[in-house]
Amino acid sequence: MVCLDIIVCVKHVPETAEAEIRIDASGRDIEKQGLVFDINEWDEYAIEEAVRIKEKFGGTITVITVGPEDADSTLRKCLARGADRAIRVTDPKISGSDAYAIAKILYNVIKGMRFDLILTGVQASDDESALVGPVLAEMLGIPHATMIKRIEFRDGKAIVNRELEGGFEEVLEVDLPALFTIQTGINEPRYVSIMAIRRAMQKEIKVLSLMDLGLSEEDVSETGSWIRVKEMFTPPAEKKVEFISGSPNEVASRIVEILRRRGLI
Amino acid sequence: MVEILVLAEHRGGQLRDITFEMLTKAINLSSKLGAEVISIVLGKDVKSFAPTLAEYSNRVLLVENPLFEHFNSDLYQEVLSRVIRELKPLLTLIGHTSYGIELAPRLAASLNIPLATDCIDITFENNSLIVTRQMYGGKVNVRAVVRRSESYMVTVRQGSFMVQKPSPPLGGRIEELSIPMERVVLRKRFIKYVPPPPGGVDITAADIIVSIGRGIKDKSNIPLVEDLAKSLGGVLACTRPIVDKGWLPSDRQVGISGKTVKPKLYLALGISGSFQHILGMRGSELVISVNKDPKAPIFGYSDYGVVEDLFKIIPVLKMKIDEVRARKE
Repeated sequence: MVCLDIIVCVKHVPETAEAEIRIDASGRDIEKQGLVFDINEWDEYAIEEAVRIKEKFGGTITVITVGPEDADSTLRKCLARGADRAIRVTDPKISGSDAYAIAKILYNVIKGMRFDLILTGVQASDDESALVGPVLAEMLGIPHATMIKRIEFRDGKAIVNRELEGGFEEVLEVDLPALFTIQTGINEPRYVSIMAIRRAMQKEIKVLSLMDLGLSEEDVSETGSWIRVKEMFTPPAEKKVEFISGSPNEVASRIVEILRRRGLI
Repeated sequence: MVEILVLAEHRGGQLRDITFEMLTKAINLSSKLGAEVISIVLGKDVKSFAPTLAEYSNRVLLVENPLFEHFNSDLYQEVLSRVIRELKPLLTLIGHTSYGIELAPRLAASLNIPLATDCIDITFENNSLIVTRQMYGGKVNVRAVVRRSESYMVTVRQGSFMVQKPSPPLGGRIEELSIPMERVVLRKRFIKYVPPPPGGVDITAADIIVSIGRGIKDKSNIPLVEDLAKSLGGVLACTRPIVDKGWLPSDRQVGISGKTVKPKLYLALGISGSFQHILGMRGSELVISVNKDPKAPIFGYSDYGVVEDLFKIIPVLKMKIDEVRARKE
C-alpha cells in the first residue's frame, strides 16, 4: 500500500460534555454564548487516524468542514496535526440544515476530487445523528463501514474492526476507495503544540459558497433537510432524585447514613 | 392498507431486545393508525424466529439465504430496498444499533425516504411524523418534524420502549420471500467476530460499584477513587471516555458498548450520563451521583444527587466510611 489520498470531514462544535447548558429564547437550540467550540470529539480521532496512515504509507490529507468562519480554528488544528489542505464551506443559506443536507454539501465538494479513503467521526456531539458518513458514501457510490476501531491495509483493501454492542467487534474486508466512520478510542490523538498551530496559520483555507458548489438554498436549509427541530426541552427524569446539600462533611455523613440504613456498609 | 415495517435484529441465534421494543411501539402506533405490523427477518436460518415474531406482527416476512449468515449492510440494503419499494410502508423501523447505524442512513438515502435517527419516541400528528430525540450528550431532548413523505424511516434507540407482549398474540401470517442475490457484488466482506478481551474483574458480579467519568480529569486521580471503592468493598468501573483515554481497561466500562450492571449501589462520580452509559446502569438498585452540573442527565436516573466537585466529597466520604468500618471491627 503506497500513498493514500485521504479526505477527513470534521465539524466545529460546542463542548458540552462538562458544561451546563441552557435552552435559548427560540426554544429550538441551546444558548451558545459562553461555550467553548472545538473539533468534534469523534472527528479528532478521525484526523489523528488519517495522519497515522499518512505517516505510514505517504499521501495527502484534505480536511473539509461545513460551518462558519470560526470553524477555521478547528481546520487549523487539523493542519497542525498533519493535514495538507483545508476546505471550508460557508454560506448563511446553510442555516437550518440537518445532517442529511450537510452530507449533500460534502458530496458536492468531494465528487470531483481524487481520493482513496474518506474518514469522519461516527457522529457529531451536538446533533448525534450518526448519518453523514453512510449517506455521503451512498451519494459517492463507494463502500462504507461505521464505528471503526481499527484500520489496516492488505492487498490493496482495507481490513477494519467495527464495534458491536457488549465489547464485541467484527472484522470486515472493504474495497477501496471507501468511507469509514471512526469511533472514539481507535487511537490516542496527539498533543498539538501552539507552535504547530502557528505554523498552520500560514496554510491557506479554501472557502466555498453554495453557489460555488452549484447548490441552492432549497437543496439545503430546512427545505432540503430530512428533519427540522420544532422544540427543545429538558429531558424528563426517570427517577425522582433527592439532592443532598451542605458542606462536603455534611454531604458525606448523609451518604454514609443512607448506606448504613441499607446495610451497604 | 397502511403498513409499519419492522426489521428484526438478531445475533448469535437470538432475537435482540430492540426487536421487541420496536414491535411494541409499532403495535401501539398501528392501533391509532389502523395499520398492519409487518416484521421482516433476514438470515441463513431464521425460521425458528417466526413463531415469536408472529405473536407481535400481523405478517412475518422471512428472507433466508446462506449469504445472510452474518450481517452485511450491503446485502440488507439490497433486500430492504426491494421490499420497501414494493410494499411502500408508511414507516420502517430499524434499531439504532451497530447494525442499524451501518444500514439505515444509506438505505434511506438510496430510496429518497426521510430518516430520523436515534429516536426515543414516535408520533403522527396531523399527518406529520414527529419524533423525539436527544442532542448534546442527552442534556436536551428535541421534538423534530420529519419532512412530509409517503414513506418514512426511523431508527429507534435501544431501551426506549418497554416491551409488552400483545394479548392475545397477533398470530401473524408467516411468508417466505425469495429474493435473487446473484447479481449483488459485495464490496465489503465479513471475516470474523472478535470477542471482548478476557478481563480480570467481573464488574457485573459486584454488589457495589464506584464509577467514574470525565469529571475525574486525570489518570493520576484514579488511585483516589480506587481507595474509595476498596473502603466500600466494591469495584471501580467507568464510562467510555475513561477507557478511550486508556486510563482503565475496557472490562471496567459500563454502557452499551461495555457491560450492563445491576449492583445494589452505583456511586457515579463525575459522570454526565450519556444514554450509552445509562443503558448499562439503569437497573441498579440505588444510584448516588456526584456532578458539578446540576443539569447532568445522570441525576434523572439517580436516587440521590450531590451537585459538587467530586474531589471535595471523595476524601471525606472515604474517611467516614473507614470510621464506620473500624467501629464495626
